[in-house]
Amino acid sequence: MMRSLLIRGMIAGLVAGLLSFVFARVFGEPAVGAAIAFEDRLTAAAGEEGGVELVSRGVQSTIGLAVALLLYGAAIGGILALVYAAVYGRVARLGPRATAGLVALVGFLAVVLVPFVKYPANPPASSSHETIGLRTGLYVLLVALSIALAVGAVLAARRLTVRFGWWNAVLIATGVYIVLVGLVGFLLPAMDETPADFPGTVLYDFRVASLGGQIVLWATLGIVFGALAEGSGARRSRSVGRSARTTPGPAV
Amino acid sequence: MTQAVAPAPVPAAIPLRELAPWALFAGVILLALLYLVGMDQGATSVVSGQMLHEFVHDGRHLLGFPCH
Ligand SMILES: [Zn+2]
Repeated sequence: MMRSLLIRGMIAGLVAGLLSFVFARVFGEPAVGAAIAFEDRLTAAAGEEGGVELVSRGVQSTIGLAVALLLYGAAIGGILALVYAAVYGRVARLGPRATAGLVALVGFLAVVLVPFVKYPANPPASSSHETIGLRTGLYVLLVALSIALAVGAVLAARRLTVRFGWWNAVLIATGVYIVLVGLVGFLLPAMDETPADFPGTVLYDFRVASLGGQIVLWATLGIVFGALAEGSGARRSRSVGRSARTTPGPAV
Repeated sequence: MTQAVAPAPVPAAIPLRELAPWALFAGVILLALLYLVGMDQGATSVVSGQMLHEFVHDGRHLLGFPCH
């Protein structure tokens, strides 16, 4: 059961990684290329030699990008399957597809969108080399806190449902999550490193493409994993005559 | 629930005893994979050199991981 779910999660992740690769290749790479052109102009203006290229731009922007997104997709897909296994039948009275979609949605919000608001994706040559340690630490910290608060919000919504009904419970828990994660974002230091002459359109295009690629990835993951999970474990518990999909009862 | 004939059956949850070893074992491996794709040879290095970083470089930037 767990083995099959995990494999299905990773397969869904590979599909998601592949689709987001297509998106990133078409919409993201032009901005990455423009940022690296800006970097090359800076290097040339400073009269420095460009460093030795370990991996050519041609490889980075094709196979490298594909491998990165496929591995990321597979890893996220596997973790999604583990979370799904913990959540299914425990948090809400939802079928496999709805549970998978919900886990992917909450995952996207907590892991990608909320951290992005504070520490958005940055194109090459828009951050300082020296602060990589600080930026990595702050980013990991924010993602971890966001996940912890989201888990707390889900548990709170589950408890509050008994008293307020599931809709109000979800609203309250979401509101509390936003306030707390907003406080965390307010307390963490801002990183303001983009060079003044960095092209604004490149920064904008890059960030929109980055977010778009993540939306493609998590949406595909939720939909594909839902379909695959429905085909595995749910078959056993689905009773004849009524489908879990058509009667979403109150959350337990 | 007025329109439903009967309340939907509670889906059978996977026993935590069955889930725990998988969550621990696979969870660690998957997080390590995420770390290798997103962060290694950056702030911290497990694999020496810059090859891995350079190869997945564009993915790191577009996935939102801190890079250069
Ligand atoms: Zn970089």
